[in-house]
Amino acid sequence: MDTGAALALGDDALVLSHRLAEWAGHAPVLEEEVALANIALDLLGQARILLSMAGDEDELAYLREERAFRNLQLVEQPNGDFAHTIARQLLFSTYQRFLYEALAGDPVFGPLAVKAVKEVAYHQDHAEQWTLRLGDGTEESQGRMQRGLDALWRFTGEMFRPVEGLALNWQKLEERWLASVTAVIERATLRVPGGPRTGAWAAGAGREGLHTESFGRMLAEMQHLHRSHPGASW
Amino acid sequence: MATVTDAGQAAVDAAQAAHTAAFDAAVAADERIEPRDWMPDAYRATLVRQIAQHAHSEIIGMQPEANWITRAPSLRRKAILMAKVQDEAGHGLYLYSAAETLGTSREELLDKLHAGRQKYSSIFNYPTLTWADVGAIGWLVDGAAITNQVPLCRCSYGPYARAMVRICKEESFHQRQGYELLLTLSRGTEAQHAMAQDAVDRWWWPSLMMFGPPDDESSHSAQSMAWKIKRHSNDELRQRFVDICVPQAEALGLTLPDPDLKWNEERGQHDFGAIDWTEFWDVLKGNGPCNEQRISQRRKAHDEGAWVREAAAAHAAKKTARNEQEATA
Ligand SMILES: [Fe+2]
Ligand SMILES: [Fe+2]
Repeated sequence: MDTGAALALGDDALVLSHRLAEWAGHAPVLEEEVALANIALDLLGQARILLSMAGDEDELAYLREERAFRNLQLVEQPNGDFAHTIARQLLFSTYQRFLYEALAGDPVFGPLAVKAVKEVAYHQDHAEQWTLRLGDGTEESQGRMQRGLDALWRFTGEMFRPVEGLALNWQKLEERWLASVTAVIERATLRVPGGPRTGAWAAGAGREGLHTESFGRMLAEMQHLHRSHPGASW
Repeated sequence: MATVTDAGQAAVDAAQAAHTAAFDAAVAADERIEPRDWMPDAYRATLVRQIAQHAHSEIIGMQPEANWITRAPSLRRKAILMAKVQDEAGHGLYLYSAAETLGTSREELLDKLHAGRQKYSSIFNYPTLTWADVGAIGWLVDGAAITNQVPLCRCSYGPYARAMVRICKEESFHQRQGYELLLTLSRGTEAQHAMAQDAVDRWWWPSLMMFGPPDDESSHSAQSMAWKIKRHSNDELRQRFVDICVPQAEALGLTLPDPDLKWNEERGQHDFGAIDWTEFWDVLKGNGPCNEQRISQRRKAHDEGAWVREAAAAHAAKKTARNEQEATA
């Protein structure tokens, strides 16, 4: 099996799970401590299965250098405020849901996709509900939600660059994603961001191992302890 | 009261006496007091104080462990720790709900916590300095919590007792996971073993303090025992905990930092050294290593979340208004 696709999907889940886990103890309400942890745990579960398809999960998570990670740049973006986190989740969970739906019959990823899509449907719903609350809430929340979407929009084009080993119609995936996200944004009385969905300098960069600056720090924190005790088991 | 006639006052007194007698009889018969039942004001106040302190401990207790989530050294351990911290948030939710059945809202209790007018367990004012602290907290802190809380499953107040049943089940998972983490470290490399021993050395005494001051200095104990909110004294529970931990420490291959700890054949229990109560009172007063840090992180999360809670309320109000408009149209 070509491990590239397992790494791409596994790294997306691993990295976003890590970012969401950074909310622990900082969430705006207790219910969101539980909800964000829940999503983070689902994603970590998916990551462990996917990375194990490509090799040893801990070696892959803890001993790869930044340039070897295949996740989208979107998922490594720092949390920002709660609206920023929700915007990231809406954009990603919608993508992940349609991607897993499309992979349901895949001989390699089908079993995982069928199970994970149920989890992801909840993540998407959670993000949608908050997008509606924040978009159609107060003036402040609307401004924050809009800024979150605007800031992250340019990272979304990368999601639809074909990943080797995943046989699916990427153009159709993108159309579904755009229609779904547009509908939610409009219902939330927000604007669909107008800017470009990728930078010419970095189209598809995360999948090729080019990341943004904050990612290196994230990995430094994540990998430090494991790397400090070579060969130890935990 | 001047406006009440003597006959009226007598009737009120008689009703009060009947209520008190029914309440006392229910407690004596080990029946559960439920939210709609009459209860003495002081009983209600004691429960609110205790449940609030317990709820606050759950949510403040997330901080020292969340401190290690992003550095957990394997994906398996990371998942276990994330789930544990999530459980503690869930415990907070159950307990604030139990307090709500006594007529006190979560908002009100959080405000008191943030203003420093209600306490949380002092154990969380100690820092988690290494990964082994995650194991030591699971083994000792969750372990002490279980020893304290199992008797609360039979507490006279129904909603609190039922919350404790659910919570104790999860705490015992945490305790076993912490023990297993320490065991892995203890049997691991030399550096890992030393890390585990150091963590146990630092967490042992504060864990013993979790049972509260000695019985002769405990201000609320006697009344709580009479009301069957509390079933055993602080010193009894502390002794029980020590007796449970000693063989477990041996199995872990770790020592407990107390030269006076030894089996007393006559008592059939362990003797142990004197607890530094000066430290206990000092940490309780706010001078522990992390008091300031814990409460300011809590306040910061709450303040920074204010706009989110306002937005949710505004959205809900708009939705209700729209629904009403549709209904009348
Ligand atoms: Fe708990
Ligand atoms: Fe716990």
